[in-house]
Amino acid sequence: MSLSVDMRHRLGALNLEIAFQAPGGVTALFGRSGAGKTTVINAVAGLLTPDSARISLDGQLVLDTRSGHAVPTRKRRVGYVFQDGRLFPHLSVRQNLTYGARFASAAPRTTLAEVSELLGISDLLDRRPGALSGGEKQRVAIGRALLSQPRILLMDEPLAALDSARKAEILPFLERLRDHTDIPILYVSHSVAEVARLATTVVVLENGRVTRSGPAEQVLSDPDMVRQLGVREAGAVLPATVARHHHDGLTELAVSGGRLFLPEMETPPGTATRVRILAHDVILSRELPRGLSALNILSATILALREGDGPGVIVQMQCGEDRLLARITRRSADAMALQPGDPIHAVIKSVSIARTDVGAG
Amino acid sequence: MSDWLGPEEWQALLLSLRVSFFATLLSLPLGILVAYALARWQFRGKQLLNVLVHLPLILPPVVTGYLLLLGFGRQGAIGGWLYDSFGIMLAFRWTGAVLAAAIMAFPLMVRALRLAIEAVDPKLEQAAATLGASRIRVFSSVTLPLILPGLIAGAVLAFAKAMGEFGATITFVSNIPGQTQTLPSAIYAFLQVPGGEAPALRLVVVSIAVAMGALLASEWLARRAAQRVSGA
Repeated sequence: MSLSVDMRHRLGALNLEIAFQAPGGVTALFGRSGAGKTTVINAVAGLLTPDSARISLDGQLVLDTRSGHAVPTRKRRVGYVFQDGRLFPHLSVRQNLTYGARFASAAPRTTLAEVSELLGISDLLDRRPGALSGGEKQRVAIGRALLSQPRILLMDEPLAALDSARKAEILPFLERLRDHTDIPILYVSHSVAEVARLATTVVVLENGRVTRSGPAEQVLSDPDMVRQLGVREAGAVLPATVARHHHDGLTELAVSGGRLFLPEMETPPGTATRVRILAHDVILSRELPRGLSALNILSATILALREGDGPGVIVQMQCGEDRLLARITRRSADAMALQPGDPIHAVIKSVSIARTDVGAG
Repeated sequence: MSDWLGPEEWQALLLSLRVSFFATLLSLPLGILVAYALARWQFRGKQLLNVLVHLPLILPPVVTGYLLLLGFGRQGAIGGWLYDSFGIMLAFRWTGAVLAAAIMAFPLMVRALRLAIEAVDPKLEQAAATLGASRIRVFSSVTLPLILPGLIAGAVLAFAKAMGEFGATITFVSNIPGQTQTLPSAIYAFLQVPGGEAPALRLVVVSIAVAMGALLASEWLARRAAQRVSGA
């Protein structure tokens, strides 16, 4: 367990009572703004001392308010990537990147050249932060945190201040980070899209409490999560492998429950990836549909139905080893007499598996 | 040029430059500490410290000078101890002029430094701490470089104030030519004797030149430092 948090803290009207554990990989702290996410990450970094808490990092107890044991921020070895970057304006990009290295006692795991290469900032080293774009600044901030030889990376909404083009520019680098380093990441976000793309573990915060936590695929395909994610954003995340590229411009992906086709991807066959299938992009059918233009039809078994406040019903299905979510009307659910245990065909509109929703993984 | 000023006038000018230089240099570390404490720390007696620092700005200089004489004179509590323990005498010495000038210039220096420190985003200091920097290193590698323009401005302001200090200096160390007669004291002395208008006027011209030179130099230095710090 790379991080374990058990804390209580009063924050204005909000009473935080949060306990969770983060294994390796990317653990997303997900919740609306004001749910207490930043307070948690600041407590892990030591920038804030909760009213009572026990936090351990990489097997070391860094805070125990009961015994008064507290490791100061500078000795916690956390690489903090702030929402606003916080690059040192008087230092060059190179000096910013190497800032933490002068205090690091551990032998360097990564070099400046490797990190600059990974983040695509090799050409910026002699510039000043003032001459960088928002996306470049944030990549430098990530590199600076990485080069301080951290035991964990803490990222507080690192993309929230960027426009969607800049977000798209940085997300692949975060995926590379997840896949090519073994540093665990605690990632604070209120964006379902980011969480679906990056997270291996999801911890859901609501009003200062952890309401759900577990592997990303499970949490995101939980019909009870739909209320928190919002019906537009609800959807399952499935691990997939690139099978082959077809001549007609489609790429075939293998998921545990069958095959999916989507517009050509650049990743070579054999690459592991993830697809996100939004619940409102799934149509259900009792019979195997014929004469339908949709290419992607997966056979599944209904696990559960959840009625929401509106006219919709969320249907959770088992599809191979993975789970799928579909959002249909209550009228259809009644007309089809859907019951848990029923076999069903899930029709997925090909366009719905958009390229931006496919993350390397 | 060198014979444009008489020997006594030269002496006054050089003494004033020396007194102001040391007054600025010696009060700078304490000024930074006090400004940092006022800008960043919460502690008991913060308001009292603030008032004490600013007092010389409000008090009549002659009062400050007299208080210095009471405290740092041969008979004074601190002055007596300094003399008995180290043989150091401040009253009626040029070193005393340094002390008087430093105290009178201190509020201006602290004000400039405090503004500069308050302008530094504490979030940058937090970021440095997460990267492993101790408090001292955070200060020397982040805060200090960022306040450099303010520090230069504060130091020049203090220097200029020290050059012009008159009331506290003449009360504490008197007006002894060659020892404690600073530029303003010399101008005052020349104006007291018949035929002294010409040398007084020359010293007035020198005073104006030094003040303007200092201000121009500080503008230029602060602009360069600001460019460096702004990150462009």
